[in-house]
Amino acid sequence: MKIIACIKRVPTTDLQPRVAADGKSLDAAGVQYMTSFYDEIAVEEAIKQKEKHGGEVTVLTIGSAEASKEVREALAKGADKGVILVDNAWGGRDPLATAKTLAGKITELGADLVLLGRVGTDRDNASVGPMLAALLGWACVTDVVGLELGDGKGTARREADAGTETYAFALPAVITCQKDLNEPRYAGLKGIMAAKKKPLEESPCPPATSQVEIEKLALPPARKAGRIVGEGAAAVPALIDALRNEAKIL
Amino acid sequence: MSTIVVFVEHAAGAPRRGSQEALGAASALGATVVAVLCGNGADAAAAQCGKFGAARAVVLDATAWSPDSAAIGVAALVRAEKASAFLASATSSGRDVAPRVAALLDCTLFSDCTALRKDGEKLVVTRPWLAGKLDATLRSSAPVLCATLRRNMFAVKETGGTAAVSKGPALGPGKAVLEKIEARAGGKLDVAEAPVVVSGGRGLKEAPNFALLEDLASAFGNAAVGASRAVVDAGWRPHSEQVGQTGKTVSPQLYIAVGISGAIQHLAGMKTSKVIVAINKDPEAPIFKLADYGIVGDAFEIVPALAQAVRKIKAQG
Repeated sequence: MKIIACIKRVPTTDLQPRVAADGKSLDAAGVQYMTSFYDEIAVEEAIKQKEKHGGEVTVLTIGSAEASKEVREALAKGADKGVILVDNAWGGRDPLATAKTLAGKITELGADLVLLGRVGTDRDNASVGPMLAALLGWACVTDVVGLELGDGKGTARREADAGTETYAFALPAVITCQKDLNEPRYAGLKGIMAAKKKPLEESPCPPATSQVEIEKLALPPARKAGRIVGEGAAAVPALIDALRNEAKIL
Repeated sequence: MSTIVVFVEHAAGAPRRGSQEALGAASALGATVVAVLCGNGADAAAAQCGKFGAARAVVLDATAWSPDSAAIGVAALVRAEKASAFLASATSSGRDVAPRVAALLDCTLFSDCTALRKDGEKLVVTRPWLAGKLDATLRSSAPVLCATLRRNMFAVKETGGTAAVSKGPALGPGKAVLEKIEARAGGKLDVAEAPVVVSGGRGLKEAPNFALLEDLASAFGNAAVGASRAVVDAGWRPHSEQVGQTGKTVSPQLYIAVGISGAIQHLAGMKTSKVIVAINKDPEAPIFKLADYGIVGDAFEIVPALAQAVRKIKAQG
């Protein structure tokens, strides 16, 4: 089985962001990066499915060459090769541009299964996976918490508002991964050493046109200062009074 | 502003709340609103879309639910209507279908928008980045502005109008097809949908103590239980309840944080809530900086007292 796991390098989730002087971009000073949380789950699932069904896992990303750190981490965990589509202006891509570029490369590489995180923890679009599937004309299940494959088809359990949905689909397919799908492994020393010898292709990326113009980036307005209404259960009447008569929501 | 197509989800013969909000948002922009509903049994809900601002409602019949075939049908309708915008609620289905519709229209998608405004004939959207740590104000140069709208951020408008209901082409067989749904136990509300969220963290000490929060939620009646990442990682609560950067972003009318100190990733996921109440034994907990009202003390005493007080008020009507 040919499996491609798509990952994105994003700011760490503990970032307290600052807006740059232009008012339109993130101040890059001091920003640390990591593989997007859900993409780690996609990488893990790719390796698990390979371990079960055989085949090969390619880790694919769009970004600067610095993303080789995150790609090597995936190789250390058990992916077989890495591809970085080098675009130093990757931060300005909209999800459609990203999906189109990935669709082109995936068509070139060939795949039975493409795995992505359900959402990138930077722009929170949750769009690239289903867009990619629509462009490729493939099946796609999003927010997947359980995946079974076999014989050119599969079933996936999806976490939905009303409960868990089960979908049947034929391969090739795009799956976006939700947290409960698996527990990402840590890379061992042996894996880290092996990763250094695994192929990592850096190829230039076709320039992207974005349909999104950033007018303004701002910290959300500060909330009005609140107050401590009291201590212990004795403060409950004061809280109820505030909710009823000040906030008027009870 | 010309026509806006709104993807309307339905349950029990009525448009779902998030879809009602999306219809309200579209009609507030002064557009001709066309609702599109998929699947069998959508006819009754379609007739009701007029009440929430739709001029017309189009039903695309389907024998089984498939997000890919739904997207193809909806995208064809958006094209046929020459719509200037396509909106859906940022529900699990909305977020599943809308990106596909957008891609089929060769348009990008603005996900989980918290505000929409008109600037001449153009729409300007506001949406969170980094799970709400930043607000991005964005303009679109896409042929059709495609957006999903965060729940509880747009007003439902009961217009008393009627929508002309028609049938569009039935949806084709899909590539991924829904086989079964295991409903959440007891028909519980989703944490992203509920008007009141009662969330717990490490301060509850162990998993069984979440019964206190379940009880408080049931006192409100329209509440869902949420959880911090710490307790989800500890296996006390399912990930579907996690609020924060690697969980759900919520904007309820009332958010009650119990025993949650307030890691930045958690605060990002709930700080657009209308009213925030924090209950924590540590007066220095960061959650108090964000809360409108705080009680310092033992959650095991405060929460039952609060549940009792809420029940009393609800009983008085």
